[in-house]
Amino acid sequence: MHPAVVVAGLVKQFGRFAALRGVSAEFASGRLYAILGDNGAGKTTLLRALAGLAPPTRGSISMLGTTDLRSVCGQLGYMAHPSLLYDEMSGMENLRYFARLYEISDRAQNNKDRCADVIRAVKLDPSLTRPVGQYSQGMRQRMSLARALLNDPKILLLDEPFSNVDLRSAREMVSLLTGLRDAGKTIFVVTHQASLLEGAADEFIWMEAGQIVSRTPDLQTQESR
Amino acid sequence: MSTVAGLTRATLAKDLRLEWRSKDAINSMLFFSLLVVVIFSFSFDPTAEESRRIAGGLVWVAFLFAAVVALNQTWAREMRNQVLDAYRVSPAPPNALFLAKVIGNFIFVTVLQALMTPLFIVFYNLRALGPAYQLPIVAALGTWALVVNGTFFAAMSLRTRSREIMLPLLLFPISIPALLAMVEATGAILTGEFSARFWIVLLAAYDVVFTIASLFLFGLVLQAE
Repeated sequence: MHPAVVVAGLVKQFGRFAALRGVSAEFASGRLYAILGDNGAGKTTLLRALAGLAPPTRGSISMLGTTDLRSVCGQLGYMAHPSLLYDEMSGMENLRYFARLYEISDRAQNNKDRCADVIRAVKLDPSLTRPVGQYSQGMRQRMSLARALLNDPKILLLDEPFSNVDLRSAREMVSLLTGLRDAGKTIFVVTHQASLLEGAADEFIWMEAGQIVSRTPDLQTQESR
Repeated sequence: MSTVAGLTRATLAKDLRLEWRSKDAINSMLFFSLLVVVIFSFSFDPTAEESRRIAGGLVWVAFLFAAVVALNQTWAREMRNQVLDAYRVSPAPPNALFLAKVIGNFIFVTVLQALMTPLFIVFYNLRALGPAYQLPIVAALGTWALVVNGTFFAAMSLRTRSREIMLPLLLFPISIPALLAMVEATGAILTGEFSARFWIVLLAAYDVVFTIASLFLFGLVLQAE
């Protein structure tokens, strides 16, 4: 099968500091990848590079068969550590605005329906009128995931989606992600809670000092290293 | 083109909604301008004729400084929760964001002018001896000059450590021709001693040049790390 993402010799430097030091890898489509590693290993930088937010210093990224990431950005979903939501607006108001950015539909009702669907998918109430700034941290995380799912992306890039989320909600999120993977999406999850993805992720990728040091199909093999 | 227009409308509506709820920009601008009017009126005791001569400078300097407050706010809002990244990863054109911000700031500063102008008239005993119908034209062109450059340079200084200082440092020198034109045109209209036409044409040309240049360069500014 054609790989969804190919990175070759990816280097990302911030001044003299190299956050990524020659990362090369292929990622097949329709798989869920868990990216693990200590703080500062380069996980978030790799995700930001894939999202087009941190252009590589050297090397190349090919996504869905093209190196022009701008041309495929409509098929990406990106969830960052911060929520990427306006605190003063409700979840629905936020999503309706972001839906416009993806031209999901110019017709108001279709736009609203799509937003309500993704809000329900992350187990939140679309009729909630209070601003996102008043949400609990876990609710904000789930709304942030809903925003990333809004454009029905082929590739999902999720940075710490389970942080500050209670165990039951985190398991619900994992179940949602495996469903999306089974539907053919390629999903990258950066996490420090690898055990949540045991049995769900297709591959565990370990990063160290800006490089991928191992790729294993299960967590035990990864941890025994 | 319709995409840019639609997204500009959606982003502008979102910004107006956020400002309506927080009133961050308008409150700070009003408070600042009010201070300038009151302090200057206590500092000087000009005759009506002197007032007409200095009012152009006084009014525009007050609006320029007040506008800087709004300009900083408009992007600070996008930096909270890194919401700007959500725009950057979307396929939405950068120009739509820029135009929405410029129009939004234009509205905020115009509201400020509408509220503050009667106070200036009362405190400085102002009456136009020249063609008063030209004043709204100067106000509109001058305000556009301030906000188009201000919005651009505020975006440029967004990721600098001391952006509150950086914006005036970048904005004020480049605004000198526009500021000179605004002050001279306003003075000409108030005193009726000479024609404001040359300064109005200069302002219009300045607006056209800097609007086109900013639209052309904003994509680079938005995608910069």
